Amino acid sequence: MSDASSNGLELIAFRIGEQDFCVNIMAVREIRGWSPATPLPQAPDYVRGVINLRGAVLPIIDLSARIGLGEVAPSARHVIIVAQIGNRLVGLLVDAVSDILTVSPDDIKPTPQVGSERVQAFLRGILADNGRMISIVDLEQILPVSERAAA
Amino acid sequence: MDELAAIKQTFFQECDELLADLEAGLLALESGSGDADTVNAVFRAVHSVKGGAGAFALEDLVKFAHVFETTLDAVRSDKIEATETVIKVLLRSADMLSDHVAAAKGEGFADAERSSQLERELKACVDGDAAPEPTPAPHLDAAPADEWGFVPQRVSLDDFAPAPALVISGPATWRIAFKPHPALYAKANDAAVLLRELHRLGACEVDCHQPDLPDLTELDPDHAYLSWTIQLVTECPEDEIRDVFAFVDGDCDLTVSRVTPVVKAETASFVPLPAIIVEPPAAPAAPEPAPRAATPPADIKPAADQKAAQAAQAAPTIRVDLDRIDKLIDLVGELVINQSMLSQRAAEFGAPRSSPFYSALQDLEQLTRNIQDSVMAVRAQPVKSVFQRMPRLVREVATLTSKEVRLETAGEGTEVDKTVIERLSDPITHMIRNAIDHGIESPEVRLAAGKPSEGCVRLSAAHRSGRIVIEVADDGAGINRERVFDSAVKKGLIRSDVVMIDDEIDNLIFLPGFSTAAEVSNISGRGVGMDVVKRSIQALGGRISISSVPGQGSRFTLSLPLTLAVLDGMVVTVGEQTYIIPLTAVVETLRPKPAEVRALGPDGLVVEIRDWHVPLVDVGRMLDRTRGPVDAATGVCLLVESEVGGRAALVVDSIEGQKQVVIKSLEANYDKVDLIAAATILGDGRVALILDVDAVIARQNRDANRSRTAPPLALAS
Amino acid sequence: MGVKVLTIDDSRTIRDMLRATLNGAGFTVVQASDGVEAMETLDREGPPDVIITDINMPRMDGYGVIENVRRRPELRSIPILVLTTESDQAKKQRARDAGATGWVVKPFDPDKLVEAVRRVAA
Repeated sequence: MSDASSNGLELIAFRIGEQDFCVNIMAVREIRGWSPATPLPQAPDYVRGVINLRGAVLPIIDLSARIGLGEVAPSARHVIIVAQIGNRLVGLLVDAVSDILTVSPDDIKPTPQVGSERVQAFLRGILADNGRMISIVDLEQILPVSERAAA
Repeated sequence: MDELAAIKQTFFQECDELLADLEAGLLALESGSGDADTVNAVFRAVHSVKGGAGAFALEDLVKFAHVFETTLDAVRSDKIEATETVIKVLLRSADMLSDHVAAAKGEGFADAERSSQLERELKACVDGDAAPEPTPAPHLDAAPADEWGFVPQRVSLDDFAPAPALVISGPATWRIAFKPHPALYAKANDAAVLLRELHRLGACEVDCHQPDLPDLTELDPDHAYLSWTIQLVTECPEDEIRDVFAFVDGDCDLTVSRVTPVVKAETASFVPLPAIIVEPPAAPAAPEPAPRAATPPADIKPAADQKAAQAAQAAPTIRVDLDRIDKLIDLVGELVINQSMLSQRAAEFGAPRSSPFYSALQDLEQLTRNIQDSVMAVRAQPVKSVFQRMPRLVREVATLTSKEVRLETAGEGTEVDKTVIERLSDPITHMIRNAIDHGIESPEVRLAAGKPSEGCVRLSAAHRSGRIVIEVADDGAGINRERVFDSAVKKGLIRSDVVMIDDEIDNLIFLPGFSTAAEVSNISGRGVGMDVVKRSIQALGGRISISSVPGQGSRFTLSLPLTLAVLDGMVVTVGEQTYIIPLTAVVETLRPKPAEVRALGPDGLVVEIRDWHVPLVDVGRMLDRTRGPVDAATGVCLLVESEVGGRAALVVDSIEGQKQVVIKSLEANYDKVDLIAAATILGDGRVALILDVDAVIARQNRDANRSRTAPPLALAS
Repeated sequence: MGVKVLTIDDSRTIRDMLRATLNGAGFTVVQASDGVEAMETLDREGPPDVIITDINMPRMDGYGVIENVRRRPELRSIPILVLTTESDQAKKQRARDAGATGWVVKPFDPDKLVEAVRRVAA
């Protein structure tokens, strides 16, 4: 892993199931524990519902379901990463948050062409760190603007 | 020139106030409650509009205002009497002036023909009396500010006196003799200042003559002892030299003559300017007449007027950005939610009611409510701003329909949130138009019915149990129920064999499609029917109802929330979830007996309410397909009504109560969700969804239609 | 210590325009919206160097201002300019007879306004 250089990126790594992912820390507003979400009628399977974030209504996205790794039954041990995507604030449901990495753009390699296309669509590269392979999540793809909640 | 743009804005704001005062004053004169002060105020309003307009060279406005002002001047100086006819002309002129102002703002159009016509009528009012300046003056005033208002004229060089023609040829010498009269000093003109100004035109040599100057002890401070001779070398024309003395023309002896060779004064003793000037002595040095006893009050209008004006001036105000207020209101909303969560946690915590902890929380709750009320009040404005457009509307519609109508208003000071007020104007306008067009009868019909020929429309506003209630009432013919019923049947809105009570018939006018474009007359214009009015009111979170007595009149009652950011809702549980149903949509709650629940078709259920059969909506199932069907007999039903007139009975598990909730948007961070209007945060911190009743009823209708035409399958989403 | 001008006019627009022009010329400006307020301001803040007043105002008009000022020994030598419309010679003469020092024609040319003030301010 390269040392932090002038154009270094800071990423926050987290786990979903057995796999490691990360997102740019600039997009992350805070980390919260899980609290029960109010379900939204006829929402896609990966939208768990909404919670109250200090007065704002925050949608919770089951990132595992979204990426295609299966729905998660959330519990108190899960974590919500509050991220800003465009003008919106969303909560990403993950298993646990691990550490913060500092990388340089050179360290980012293209996503290997395996697995479903759906998974590919949500990732924008991988990097290696201490024996782990960490996939970088493309937040823009998580909640497309045009997606409607109900049929 | 940003400052000029800002002042122009100020001018237009000021115009709005002046036009309002003008109308109010003229109305007072019309109703006989005005007096000499009112006439003066009305005159000054137009005078001020003209003055400001002149500053910005708004020619059409200035021209009309001038004619208007002249007529008003004649009224206030008792040259003409303010008869009813005259006042009507004045009222229409006020409307025209308003149009001119709007046109000047770029927000409207001033009909030139109507303007000229009114000018003729205004002049006709003054006819027979000396109307000296009006005709030539407007032109002068309208011209861009030329010095002393001169209109540029073509002049041939032959007309020029020799001196000005020689301006170009270099400096000339002038001899100026200047002897002030006492009046010059009495008017606080100052010889020294004038000489200083003269000095700015060129080099001066000044002689002061003081032949009659007595000893100081005999000096009469009001007398003028001094005179001067000045030799001035300048390139400026004679006009400019004389101009320096413009203000003292008549209060001095002045000669200005050109000297061809530069001549040095021989007899003069050249004394520096300041030493020559002897100022009229300051008060203490000379005997002064005792200050006169007459005090200002002679010039001041009666004390009441003064006190009122002082009180109006005394209340300080501050201008604030609307954004800041909105932010403040958001924050207070958070505070209320937070405080409510705190109370909830405390209750769960099991704090005994007698504990200081609990009572401190009670205090906090009260304090928070007070803060919320105060902050909401910041954005509150009196409905007056909406009401005051109405008199003119009434005049116009009455004229167009050839009816006589009087407008009464009450409760103009009632305050409403700014967000609500702006959206009130259209609905109220339409209702008043309707009242005059359809409600008030023509004068002949009214007289035949034993009513005064002049109809009355009453517009009022008041606070009632936390809401704003606005009423538009008329003393016209009332709703013609037979006609309304037949019309609705003809339009296919109801079946002809339906039995309806009076109230239900009255409400038919709110159905969309009731007033077709072809029927809506010119007056109520732009194809606006009462259904549009009802929808606008409901969009504001309000309700509208009607009551009418044939032959006596009708009354429309609007009930609105104080602000758009909150909503009165019924808190219900469906399954494990809590939902909020807007109270404006709820007609009544009921627990139907099993016998009242009937099946309709393969899987439809209706509930019988009096003579109506209303579809039952399994809300839980509609929101979550995985749920099993609900047993209508065990739950509670809420009879709700949509904006488009449909009714349904929503089946819920229980009703928790009513609550005023702060509306939170789902679209901000997520997206629009079908069947859901918005969200709110309950006392326990959880998010509760607010049902979109219209969407629920629409979905019910759609599903019902589908199941009639297709075999009963699990409905695709 | 610049020249202090007291401007009296019931129109906010005119007051703002006067202030803008006079400030621009380096004069200090104090405002009042009618004669009564003007006299109160004057008593409270001390006499100005020049007074500019409109004629038509509520409570106390321009003539009232002139008369009141000229009546008081310590104020009577303050120059007073009236705002007048050119066409109204009668008003102008009446103002002068009451003791007005000079006049400024409405709608006023900023340069003329400043010149008028200079012509009377010591």
